[in-house]
Amino acid sequence: MRLPGLLLGPALLVNLAIFIAPMANLAALSFHEARPSGGVGPGPTLATWASIAEDEYYVELVTGSIGVALGVTVLTLLAGYPLALFIHRAAPRWRNLLMVACISPLLVSAVVRTYGWMVILGDTGLVAAMLRFLGMAKPPRMVFNLTGVVIALVEILMPTMILCLLAGFGRLNASLEEAAASLGAPRWRVFTRVVLPLSLPGVLLGCLLAFVLTVSSFITPKLLGGGRVILLATEIYDQAIVTLNWPVAAALSVLSLAVFGLALLLYGRLLRVVEA
Amino acid sequence: MIGRAAHRALIAALFLFLLAPVVLVIPMSFSADAFLVWPPSGFSLRWYTAMWRETKLMEAARNSILLACLVCAATLVLAMPAALVLARGRFRGREALVALLTAPLLLPTIVLALALLILFVGYGLIGSWPGLLLAHLLVALPYGIRVLMTAVSTLPPAVEEAASSLGAAPWRVFRRITLPLMLPGVAATAAIVFLVSFDEVVISLFVVGPELTTLPVAMFRYVESRTDPLVAAVSALLVLLTLSIVIVLERAVGLGRALGK
Repeated sequence: MRLPGLLLGPALLVNLAIFIAPMANLAALSFHEARPSGGVGPGPTLATWASIAEDEYYVELVTGSIGVALGVTVLTLLAGYPLALFIHRAAPRWRNLLMVACISPLLVSAVVRTYGWMVILGDTGLVAAMLRFLGMAKPPRMVFNLTGVVIALVEILMPTMILCLLAGFGRLNASLEEAAASLGAPRWRVFTRVVLPLSLPGVLLGCLLAFVLTVSSFITPKLLGGGRVILLATEIYDQAIVTLNWPVAAALSVLSLAVFGLALLLYGRLLRVVEA
Repeated sequence: MIGRAAHRALIAALFLFLLAPVVLVIPMSFSADAFLVWPPSGFSLRWYTAMWRETKLMEAARNSILLACLVCAATLVLAMPAALVLARGRFRGREALVALLTAPLLLPTIVLALALLILFVGYGLIGSWPGLLLAHLLVALPYGIRVLMTAVSTLPPAVEEAASSLGAAPWRVFRRITLPLMLPGVAATAAIVFLVSFDEVVISLFVVGPELTTLPVAMFRYVESRTDPLVAAVSALLVLLTLSIVIVLERAVGLGRALGK
């Protein structure tokens, strides 16, 4: 071992102990079966995987989670794009302040931000009070269902999306837009022909991260869903902590990793298409 | 002209949407009501006084501060040498090593948490300080390595080369030249890692025990069972803490750069 090895050694050792070993262990556990009496039976067996594949509940859980994640991703992109473009075009002395205002929510705990949404969306919250003021006798329920979870997730993922979009806008050159405009292109045309295509790599990265983070989101669906919104991550928690069926929890974890892998593959493909 | 005004209104609405949950906990924390009601019927400091009597939360807060400091120190000790080698070295497999060391950031925390839970149960690490420290290192170390690598790669190597060519030993070059030059980067790393550990909730939820818990976990459990403005008071203080760290970060290196994006 020369010097670089010695310097890298401790970090790699810790990585091996708390990342590689537990993950390998987790994958192996999905090939065991939970005993009815509790605990884990001897393996290897495909019984756990078979029970998941046959159970319609799990099939719906996976497709439902992917559906919710896709919806949240699209909404986050729609909400984040105008803001990111506005920040990108702001005067330099404003840009920094706007960026800090947009990114700092990223550093506030997910528990606090979800709680903030309970204050806003709860039955006696801000939105309900406003709707009542506007004359609605019985405002629709926005907590303990999917509506509230989606609204909160979109807001929670916006800073990440905006960061990715801003990185993508780096390639955007004001003179290109001016050139298009001076040649007589209307504003929407400048947008669809110049701005949007150049920003696509940033859009793709933002969408990948938003999708992946929604699939693994746990705190928001758990608290705002009030047990009625069941996604992959909340089900993993319930199986691991409440039902104590570790093999099923492990198999669901491997499944969500597979969803991640697919999203990454798709991202790579699409990136090559838009950069070509 | 109408289009322009509509655009302005849209931008303002989106900004409000983004900042609303973080900002609104502050007026809510001064509510005089027993429940989460908007608008509050009156304002008081009752939840700020009630907060300190909630012994579980306060104990958890002390644990979280101590834990974040330990995680910070451990991360700097482990990540600094690794970041120096990875940012400077030109050897085969360098990129694979960077990918391996930062991979935990890309994977779902719930999966990492479950993996740690299963391993920790076997070693009796659940609900113990070493267990919590190791669990937080899993997410803190990748952040530390990434931010420190950025800090190292922006240093001019010429100064260090000059020092070594004048006969300074590697350790002396590091202590007298490299470390002072990257002090802003180290401060940024420490601040980010502190927040990562202090805010971490999913992994903590799996590895805490009845005797030892962290503040975000205690808040999660509290919100799960009761919805009163007490957590708003705690949240308001946490938002202020985050804000002051953000200002320090922005002054030291710029927030966008510190987050490595």
